[in-house]
Amino acid sequence: MNRFRAFLKKEFYHIFRDPRTLIILFGIPIAQLLLFGYVMTNEIRDVKIAIVDHSRDDLSKRLTQKILSSGFFKLATVPASEDDYERLFKSNKIKEIIIIENDFAFHLINKGKAEIQVIADASDPNTAQLLVNYTTAIANDFVKDEFLKGQNPPGINIKSRMLFNENLRDAYNFIPGLIAVILMLISAMMTAITIAREKETGTMEVLLASPLKPIQIILGKVTPYMILSIINALMILVIGIFIFKVPVIGSLALLLGEILLYIFLALTLGIMISTFVSTQLTALAISGFALMLPSILLSGFIFPIKNMPVPLQYLANLMPPRWFVEINRTVMLKGGGLDVVWPNTLILLGMSVLFILISIKKFKIRLQ
Amino acid sequence: MQNRTEPVIIVKNMVKKFGDFVANDNLNFEVYQGEIFGFLGANGAGKTTAIRILCGLSSPTSGKMRVAGYDVYHQAELIKQNIGYMSQKFSLYEDLTVYENIRFYGSIYKMKTSERKARTEEMLKKLGLTAYENRRIGDLPLGWKQKLAFSIAILHNPKIVFLDEPTGGVDPITRRQFWNLIYEAVEKGITVFVTTHYMDEAEYCDRVSIMAEGKIVALDTPINLKKSYNASNMDEVFLKIAR
Repeated sequence: MNRFRAFLKKEFYHIFRDPRTLIILFGIPIAQLLLFGYVMTNEIRDVKIAIVDHSRDDLSKRLTQKILSSGFFKLATVPASEDDYERLFKSNKIKEIIIIENDFAFHLINKGKAEIQVIADASDPNTAQLLVNYTTAIANDFVKDEFLKGQNPPGINIKSRMLFNENLRDAYNFIPGLIAVILMLISAMMTAITIAREKETGTMEVLLASPLKPIQIILGKVTPYMILSIINALMILVIGIFIFKVPVIGSLALLLGEILLYIFLALTLGIMISTFVSTQLTALAISGFALMLPSILLSGFIFPIKNMPVPLQYLANLMPPRWFVEINRTVMLKGGGLDVVWPNTLILLGMSVLFILISIKKFKIRLQ
Repeated sequence: MQNRTEPVIIVKNMVKKFGDFVANDNLNFEVYQGEIFGFLGANGAGKTTAIRILCGLSSPTSGKMRVAGYDVYHQAELIKQNIGYMSQKFSLYEDLTVYENIRFYGSIYKMKTSERKARTEEMLKKLGLTAYENRRIGDLPLGWKQKLAFSIAILHNPKIVFLDEPTGGVDPITRRQFWNLIYEAVEKGITVFVTTHYMDEAEYCDRVSIMAEGKIVALDTPINLKKSYNASNMDEVFLKIAR
């Protein structure tokens, strides 16, 4: 049998015969998807809101009517004054307040632009974003219906404010972030652990004393994880696109290319870690602390980087996921091309090369 | 009989330093085709360092070494094709079956499938493991695993097999069986280079070298060693040398 094929076969036996490996490979991605998915699929129905109509004209009344008859919202109360707003939110009586400005109809008809303020309870950021989106959609619909025949249809300017969480993250952001975290976990951590395992059990010595070249050993070890990482990435993408309706506005080919690059980077990082450790447990600890926490906390996946203290921002710049999450968001959500993400792409490439160089150096020292 | 004057390992002035620490201090010896060469010494005497250099796992600081006719510095790949190696730690995959382990090691040495199958059958029969072909290695007793690891290390019929403390933690009966396997390998013309802590095993070797503090302090047949150190067994010889 062909050497490389024999090696792959052996690696797949290791993977499929170890329940722990299987759980990490397939259980964790699915669990994370479901966790985030559960947050995402909050149904919007009869959400309690307050409406403050300062204008009280014909159009504003009809808009109020349209909002309340949509089935998504239910009028809970009419606040007496602005001082009431916070109390209403804090006592959980309402999730959103819609404030229609003075002279709403006059502005809309004569100036072609009227303003509505929407304040949402963003302590649950995903729901808050959905509420604002729904409200915006209804208001836009309303204008279309009322001014269908006009030459220059007026617009409603929605000014939204997220209470309790001003820096609301985009609800779609979790898929780009999740890809970064899961790929880091599978590619880097599993690679580090699987190579450390050969060292720990002593089989690495035997492999190195065989005619196999070190590069062949490493390729044999990482190829299965590369394949599984690609499968995982595709799985997350498909679930994200078809179940959670996350858009891919930019080029899908570019996105897949960047994902491949990131997997490659994670594998080189895993290989590098494995050159520093000799047991599976240390490999796990180092990848756990050095990879998982930063890739979740410092990647901008959950917490926006620009809001971090400056030293942390510099630290975040050292984390590969930070650059990859940005690429993902730009390509998926904003439709940016290579002309926008090339600096990030270069950084990821540079990091991979660095990890490879360090690994080779470490490996040579070990052999000396 | 084997030709015991043809050297298959030649070591001249081998030095290995780790920083200031000298692990191998100017070693000189030859190992002849078909002999069992015992490599003895206390823990930390430099045995494993030397064996690793000869197997191409570590590079020497200086000296001239040839293994199986090839130069250690420039022909490491050729050396690796012609040796077998069994490490201190157990060297088979616990989660693979007996058969899968054999197939894997056979293929990394580029054995032909037909050849591998024939040898595997013969080997399992000899070890009495035919019925256990599809058992995972992890389920087998340690003694069986060690014998199997040795048999796999010589499956590709190498010129030399390096055994680094192959019988650690194994009971005396299994050790005896293990040595029978070694004798069989020697009959096939394989040279055996073995490190051990068991002095009774030293008696089984054709020649024995004893290392202390990175140097070879004695090298001869067990009989001659016992004579010159006026000892009744190798244990006494070892204690007198490595005090």
